[in-house]
Amino acid sequence: MAQTLLQVEDLHTQFFTSRGVVRAVDGVNFHVDAGETLGVVGESGCGKTMTALSILRLVPDPGRITSGRILFRGKEVTRMTDEEIRDFRGNDVAMIFQDPMTSLNPVTKVGNQIEEAMTAHERFTKVLARGRVVELLKRVRVPAAEARVKDYPHQFSGGMRQRAMIAMGLSNEPSLLIADEPTTALDVTVQAQIIQLMKQLNRELGTAMMLITHNMALVASLCERVVVMYAGRIVEEGPVEQIFRSPQHPYTWSLLRSVPRVDEARKERLVSIKGLPPDLSHSPPGCKFHPRCPFVIERCKTDPEPPLGEVGVNQVARCWVLMRNVKEEDLEVAKTSALSKEAAERLKAPAAEVGGNAGS
Amino acid sequence: MAIPATTVEQLVDWEVPEQQIGLWSDALQRFRRNRLAIAGAVLIAVLVLIAFGSPLLVHLGIIQDPIKQHVEFIESSPGQNGFAIGSDELGRDTFARLLFGSRVSLAVGILVQAIILPIGLAIGLAAGYFGGRIDNLLMRFTDIWYAFPDLLFVLVVVSVFGPSLLTIFGAIALVNWVGLARLVRGQVLSIKEKEFIEAARSSGSPPLKLILKHLLPNSLGPIIVTLTFGIPNAIFLEAVLSFLGVGIQPPTPTWGQMVFDGYEAIYANPTSVVFPALAIGFTLLAFTFVGDGLRDALDPRMRR
Amino acid sequence: MAVIAGRPARGALLPPQLRALTGTRSGALAIFVVRRILWMVPIVFFVIVITFTLMHLAPGSPWDKGGGRQLSDTVVNNLNIRYGLNKPVFTPWFDFSTGHFIPFRWDDQFKLYIWNVAHFDFGLSYQYQGKTVSTLLLESWPYTATIGVLAFLLIIPIGVGLGVVAALRQNTRIDYITMGFATIAASFPNFVIGALMVVAFSVLAYRATGGNFYLPAAGFAMDDSLIMPVVTLALLPIAYTARLTRASTLETIRQDFVRTAWAKGLPERLVVVRHVLKNSLIPVVTTLGPTFAFLVTGSVIVETVFAIPGIGRAFVVAIESRDYPMILGTTILFSLVVAIANLVVDVLYVFIDPRVRLT
Repeated sequence: MAQTLLQVEDLHTQFFTSRGVVRAVDGVNFHVDAGETLGVVGESGCGKTMTALSILRLVPDPGRITSGRILFRGKEVTRMTDEEIRDFRGNDVAMIFQDPMTSLNPVTKVGNQIEEAMTAHERFTKVLARGRVVELLKRVRVPAAEARVKDYPHQFSGGMRQRAMIAMGLSNEPSLLIADEPTTALDVTVQAQIIQLMKQLNRELGTAMMLITHNMALVASLCERVVVMYAGRIVEEGPVEQIFRSPQHPYTWSLLRSVPRVDEARKERLVSIKGLPPDLSHSPPGCKFHPRCPFVIERCKTDPEPPLGEVGVNQVARCWVLMRNVKEEDLEVAKTSALSKEAAERLKAPAAEVGGNAGS
Repeated sequence: MAIPATTVEQLVDWEVPEQQIGLWSDALQRFRRNRLAIAGAVLIAVLVLIAFGSPLLVHLGIIQDPIKQHVEFIESSPGQNGFAIGSDELGRDTFARLLFGSRVSLAVGILVQAIILPIGLAIGLAAGYFGGRIDNLLMRFTDIWYAFPDLLFVLVVVSVFGPSLLTIFGAIALVNWVGLARLVRGQVLSIKEKEFIEAARSSGSPPLKLILKHLLPNSLGPIIVTLTFGIPNAIFLEAVLSFLGVGIQPPTPTWGQMVFDGYEAIYANPTSVVFPALAIGFTLLAFTFVGDGLRDALDPRMRR
Repeated sequence: MAVIAGRPARGALLPPQLRALTGTRSGALAIFVVRRILWMVPIVFFVIVITFTLMHLAPGSPWDKGGGRQLSDTVVNNLNIRYGLNKPVFTPWFDFSTGHFIPFRWDDQFKLYIWNVAHFDFGLSYQYQGKTVSTLLLESWPYTATIGVLAFLLIIPIGVGLGVVAALRQNTRIDYITMGFATIAASFPNFVIGALMVVAFSVLAYRATGGNFYLPAAGFAMDDSLIMPVVTLALLPIAYTARLTRASTLETIRQDFVRTAWAKGLPERLVVVRHVLKNSLIPVVTTLGPTFAFLVTGSVIVETVFAIPGIGRAFVVAIESRDYPMILGTTILFSLVVAIANLVVDVLYVFIDPRVRLT
């Protein structure tokens, strides 16, 4: 077995707002092995980004890590001194963000921003760092890299900016690169290029990658293992292929049904998951997915949340029902509506009153 | 991959859907939560009461006549000779003059906004609606306007036409409409961008009516905020004119003039400067607080 | 380069020798500066037109004395000839009542004035017999400039410093105290602050210390008599700058690129200086133009409060005595100062923000 790089244990990150405590990350456990690619999927607002920011201790106010352990190569990240965490960021674990348009400083040259990422740590001298900038930009396939180091971010296209962000992330040769929705803000063709690039870099450099996305197709093309998050909790985890073949949690199943797949001749309709993830300051009782679950049973609402149970080789899921126990006819109904009968009933009432405004 | 993984089609909430709170009651709630704004509003309410009530108080004999001179008691200290906070260089009761001074300040502040509103609306609407040359003219005009400091212009106008109420109000209004016109212009331009205006135009119906219909609800908030901030500005300009001796003429008591008069004898009787100075300062502060409160409550851009 | 790409019409009106300049950023900047300087000409022209028109709309003549004894007709006549007021104010080109063109004449008051202003001649003061407006302005200029420059030097470090500290310590006591001070200073008019300062530091300080310690309330010298005027003048712009800097810094702190900077592992000092401040000070720089306007109008008030014989005071005296050439001259000077300040700010802006398009 490969060496464990990052181990997250029972992580809780909470936001203390005037409306109450928002449990953005609510008892999350996972690990990343050296050189592996882990996908973290879920809709927006499920705590994926907060999990990533917690690892770098960059949780914005008024949030903070309230309990749990984050071990990087056995060292406790939550107990690091200010100087230790500073040197850890970007050096051991680097992160690239969703929107390359806003993630680069608009009034500083791109080259300087990459150089600065290196000079912040002891690894490269200033002269060496300067020389490496062009090399890095070439590695992420920025054309005419020598000239473009002197450009400002607004002179770069979206795709080029994300390449520059990746170059910045890789500049210190970190052991782990966290990519938070790296392609969401980009054009489709550019998305494909960036994914290709990340795949290649992972192979060439052996950098472990943690890919945060809501896009199952992206996970399929890039990751070996996947963690599915819902409402600040992990609901399913396992090898990508296995999860795609037989998802056991209804949420994973729904996510998979919401993207087109090339590898399967598909007769069924593409269905989106109806409704929104819950407000994390007032989560529903029982299983947090039950108000939106097409296969909900009484137990889901009354019993405490189910534990993460072994459902296959290296695969765990947090569900009382599990997809393999779902009856064929229920599955057929769900494929067309992706919404429980009960939820559909409840929808009708407010929808009638509010008219066409619901959901806008 | 181009298809988003989840599209929210309908709102299913396990809770009762959040109550639909209207824009205005929402704004009112936010305003109420702002303690400084409430304090400012209370102070303004008190000032309005004083402004309307002070002649009555004189009539009832509770305060002295602010114009009556007691030459035997000039520059009294507070409490001396029966003057609550002293008397001025002509032996007039500073307290009564202080109360009466609120009348001029509030009148200037509010009436000037009443003059500005139709002018700013009309010009802003015209510039935004017709665009082209008229718009260009307004914009170039504002460029020139901004090179001409407010106070200088008001001073020149007042010196030329004499310090009558009309000139002072007119001159102050004249330097203040530009901001409102630009605001309205911007709002009209942004409404013009919207699709339903295009649709109306292509179907042949005059879009002016539609624009007006959408202008009001969209712009009422910013307009109210602009006018509220205009009030302290107008009060300030009037006070400065009075202080420089070219404002509303004596014997009408104004705070600026009281500071000016008191300044001559500041060593003998500093209170005759301090009280009107503080009255101006706190009145402006109150309007600023209310303006800040309204902006935070009404401006959608400020919302989280 | 990309900054000026996508505007095919640019430079189309320029002569071919200059058109090449638009291809580079420095060339474009040069053209931009020249255009902005040329744009100052119509601005000043219209300021003259407005002020000049207002002067001549005035009822009565500048020789009217309020109340008392009036000057004799002969004296008024002589004065009119001396100051050129016997000439027509303005001759139009066309007479609408008769439908005829009017022969062009150079020697109406307006055209002569413009001609003279173009030669830096602002005419004779009505009030101080035999003195030119230029002499009066040159005499009073050093006082205004000294106080203005000293105030300006206080505004940037103090205003920006307070704003940044308040933003970085948001919702702490330092923040509340700073912003409380800034709100009060921004709401209280200059003359109120000046008057209150005189009461506190001249009158009460004199009384309390038996005359051992107090600040002079009037006059001008290079000593402690400058303290109160400079502070009074600077307080309002300091308050505005502090409020703006705080708001802009708070907004910048929440930007994604600041998070990127933290995620790179930069130390706090570099995150603040290189990423937060470099961006949050851009809007502050743009207000330096209006700050100059503040200082100009502020000088009018401060010089009156503290009896300083500067241009602001001269302007108020000219207003009171209807010294039209002096009013016109001062107005032109003030609007020029504001226009130049705005120009400098715009050019500065191009240097600090690479995204600015030179239009």
